[in-house]
Amino acid sequence: MSIIESAVPLYAVLVSLLATVLIGLSGRYPNVRETWTISAALVKFGLVVSMLPAVMKGGVIQYNAVSVLPGLNIAFRVDSLGIILALTASFLWIITSLYAIGYMRSLEEHAQTRFYMCFAVALSATMGAAFSANVFTLFIFYEIITVSTYALVAHDETPEAVSGARRYLTYLLGTSIIFFLPAMVLTYIYAGTLDFHSQGILAGKAPAVMVAIILLLYIVGIAKAGMMPFHLWLPSAMVAPTPVSALLHAVAVVKVGVFSVVRIVLYVFGVDLLAGVGLGVYLAYFACLTIIVASIMALRQDNLKLRLAYSTVSQLSYVVLAVALLTPSGITSSIMHITIHAFGKITLFFVAGAIYVATHKKYISQLNGIGRQMPFTMSGFTVGALSMIAVPPVGGFVSKWYLAMGAVEAHMLPVLIVIAASTLLNAAYFLPIVYAAFFKEPLPGESPGFQEAPALVVAPLMLTAAGALALFFWPALLLDLTRTVVSLVT
Amino acid sequence: MNKELPILIIVVPLLAAVLTPLLGKLRRELSWWAALLTTSACFVFSVLILQDVLREGKITYWLGGWRPPLGIEYVIDYLNAFVLVIVAFMAFIGAVYARSSVEQEIDGHRTPFFYAVYLLFITGLMGIVVTGDIFNIYVFLEITSIAGYALIAMGRRREALVASFNYLIVGTIGATLFLLGIGYLYLVTGTLNIADLALRLEGIYHTRAVATAFVLITVGLGIKIALFPMHAWLPNSYAFAPSVISAVMAATATKVGAYALIRIMFSVYNPEFLTAGAYNINYILLAFSGVAILAGSILAIAQKDIKKMLAYSSVGQVGYIVLGVSLMSLTGIVGSLMHILNHALMKGSLFLVVGAVVYRTGITSIEGFKGMGKKMPVSMAAFTIGALSMIGVPLTVGFVSKWYLAVASIETGMWFFVPVILVSSLLTAVYFWRVIDNIYFKPAEGDEAGRGRGHGVYGDAPGAPGVKAADAPPWMLAPTVAVALLCLVFGVYASFPVDVAEKAAGILLGEWGGLHVNN
Amino acid sequence: MMIELLLTKYNYWVCIVLMMIGLYAMMAKDNLIKKVIGLNIFQSAVLLFFISMSKIEGGTAPILMLNQQALYDNPLPQVLMLTAIVVGVSVTAVALAIIMLIYKAYGTVEENLILEMNKRNE
Repeated sequence: MSIIESAVPLYAVLVSLLATVLIGLSGRYPNVRETWTISAALVKFGLVVSMLPAVMKGGVIQYNAVSVLPGLNIAFRVDSLGIILALTASFLWIITSLYAIGYMRSLEEHAQTRFYMCFAVALSATMGAAFSANVFTLFIFYEIITVSTYALVAHDETPEAVSGARRYLTYLLGTSIIFFLPAMVLTYIYAGTLDFHSQGILAGKAPAVMVAIILLLYIVGIAKAGMMPFHLWLPSAMVAPTPVSALLHAVAVVKVGVFSVVRIVLYVFGVDLLAGVGLGVYLAYFACLTIIVASIMALRQDNLKLRLAYSTVSQLSYVVLAVALLTPSGITSSIMHITIHAFGKITLFFVAGAIYVATHKKYISQLNGIGRQMPFTMSGFTVGALSMIAVPPVGGFVSKWYLAMGAVEAHMLPVLIVIAASTLLNAAYFLPIVYAAFFKEPLPGESPGFQEAPALVVAPLMLTAAGALALFFWPALLLDLTRTVVSLVT
Repeated sequence: MNKELPILIIVVPLLAAVLTPLLGKLRRELSWWAALLTTSACFVFSVLILQDVLREGKITYWLGGWRPPLGIEYVIDYLNAFVLVIVAFMAFIGAVYARSSVEQEIDGHRTPFFYAVYLLFITGLMGIVVTGDIFNIYVFLEITSIAGYALIAMGRRREALVASFNYLIVGTIGATLFLLGIGYLYLVTGTLNIADLALRLEGIYHTRAVATAFVLITVGLGIKIALFPMHAWLPNSYAFAPSVISAVMAATATKVGAYALIRIMFSVYNPEFLTAGAYNINYILLAFSGVAILAGSILAIAQKDIKKMLAYSSVGQVGYIVLGVSLMSLTGIVGSLMHILNHALMKGSLFLVVGAVVYRTGITSIEGFKGMGKKMPVSMAAFTIGALSMIGVPLTVGFVSKWYLAVASIETGMWFFVPVILVSSLLTAVYFWRVIDNIYFKPAEGDEAGRGRGHGVYGDAPGAPGVKAADAPPWMLAPTVAVALLCLVFGVYASFPVDVAEKAAGILLGEWGGLHVNN
Repeated sequence: MMIELLLTKYNYWVCIVLMMIGLYAMMAKDNLIKKVIGLNIFQSAVLLFFISMSKIEGGTAPILMLNQQALYDNPLPQVLMLTAIVVGVSVTAVALAIIMLIYKAYGTVEENLILEMNKRNE
């Protein structure tokens, strides 16, 4: 494994911060403002891609930015695990930016400058979290994401939005301060360092009870991963404009959550330590509980975005469950699912937004026959839904396949049953929507004519839907990166 | 020149305090220039002193050439220099800020006297820090307190007078108890020099007189630093004082009191005395600090007036400072010293912003902050930084001290202080978030049209209802922004102050090995 | 034993009694001027404490005379108390000045009335 010193990861983080300033300054010239967003997104993606070849060869790019205190550094480390999240988020940012422009302008939203600024900050922080070299850096960017997205969730400034945003902030900031922070302090005291290491840093340093306590603190503290009982912030966040729900609450925020869990499980505790203490099993069952309960709750939602939110809660726990199996296939599934779910879920959110822009409908019960009005949008929805259910030929199938293999490797039959049950539940809450959209008669009094959303809204969702399909047919890049991670940590 | 620095830093502001009203007679504006020049000179002196200390470790100055313990001696080591720079810097910031703020809040004919008393106040604070003589501490403590009473009484509203009077009564009781404690120490040892006291007290720490002296001194200083439940004077005093005085007092006065407490705890008395089984003084202090941290935060939540909210929050923050030193470990003391610096910066910036809002609108209620984000964007950004620091978000100074305090709590086996720190951080987030919410996410009164859809395709583009931005005048904005930026700078590059604090803490603990750590 | 302690150390008992009187006046009196008087009594008690501890039986004023070996009182506490008296006078002066201003602003120096007015204002 070669180590390369380079400041590129720092630039990748800073580029959207710079964009924030430029966006703020050009608030009076909307087209200039949007140009900054798009170009920052492109530059960021370019920077991430430029690091890809070195990482593909198994290299690690490191950069120590600042030493805050002895032992507390802000440092970056680009490895295969981090770059998967970075690639996913920065690629989807480009598409979401286009979508956001279409969406925000169609709805004539207020405070768009603030919206784009906070968006850029959130993306910076997502890159930072993906490239963190230690728990401290991860924690910082984790918190920056929370604070910057607060403004996005509260965007409407209606009492409903403000109270939803308050709950969002309370859950995320509260759990991170009360649980994540002490977990970090304890890690520092026992391990003497906070730097990630592919074999873990706590092995042999802390007694088993302490390891269990620290793990519990981390899992509860990283509420962004949406594990029950601290999942309620995600439905609350659905008051945000749809581009926010799409990129942040299907990709950036929640994926940083599960990414942090994966990072900490593998690089702070290490597979051997957790397997030795036997903690993985408990974590796995804990995740299973969330998967099932959240799926059942998704069934009961009529608001489309809320149903998607609960589906996200359930899908996030797939990632946690998979990594908790602590087997090569499990870890593979876990990491791949971060990207695969991102493409599927962002498509679904884009669809929800497109429907709202075109028809101002929010509820599933209103969607009868909408497939005829919005054929492109609803075919995108179908692809996304199939990815969630894990039907070939969509990406979701790949990660679920590895998950099932992981469960077999770990000899955990109950997990297989949970996977099967949740697949059925997924089908139960997504397929009726597809059926209603294409095969049911529209409600009386509605024009059955063609009524598609603006092109700037529809094109992005077609792109991401294509991405979800591509992940099934060409998973090579993702799989290679994942294998590098797996070979190092196991 | 360098040898005379410790006395210059006292004499210069003292003389300037006399000259300022005279200059003010010539032209009123001259008195401000006098205050500005004097405080900036003091700041330069303090930095030079810090440099000397970093080079030599400890510098002393004998007043009038009289040899201690008979003569009065000024002793400056890492701890003094550390606190001295903080005080001098905030005094300078206050002087810059005062120009516009005082012009508006205080009658014209009184401004020269205001600056004179301000300089006296600063003189007293710096005197407490540089002196190595315990009676001298008392004298300087009373100089700054008396100046402080006068400054608070200059507040715009008549409530300021009552607040000042109450502070005067309570403060004098505290000072008198402190004096009584000194009397006990003198009765036992026959000396007033701090270093000499420590030598002569060796072996007789547990006599009743010496322990009584400690209690009297601690209670006396406890009143001065507003350690809960001796805090009753503080909220009204800060709330009704002139804006600049609220900021400077919150940033310096209680910090210097805390310095005096630390000096007495570790240089006159020592860790053995504080942790010995018979008294277990450090446990008592720990209990007080824990209650202070929580009570301060809870009381702050209940406030409707922003200055009172910040004042109660100070009560909680004093708890942090006392917590760190009472943990009796190197990390803990570093945490306390860092919190002295950090709290000076963050509370300073917050009060400065509130002063700017008062300048523009005259409002001090939390409700009044609605829509301020658009009216005073720069000030409100500074407020946000200060608020985030208070919560203890990483990359701000608040995180650094909380990190040290949390690590120290676990290291010394007092892990139950970790939840106390965390819960209070959460409570802090609650009361600051109310303000931030008002600043950025609520429209100003009578400006209801500012939200929702229908703002044209481009959102904030021309044509959208704009709010006239009128931020604070430059003389107020510049110091505010400077202090707020320092909150970030020392949050990221914390190594330098931590280095000094570690050296100071090392000297304070001396050869003492620390409490038994159960790991 | 107790009696003896009272009799031989009566000067200290006086200090304590004075302190308590002063404290009582500050806490219990509504009239601000009475509070200041209490403050002065409180401070005087501490002054007396210092002075009486510096007194040596049969000692004279510490004035250096040529060719004379006299027993002196300890001069240091006395000097210190001069400073403390100055401090006390300053505090009193500031306190009285504030009371004057309070009288101008409120028309009374009774604390309960003042607090009532403040409450009504809020």
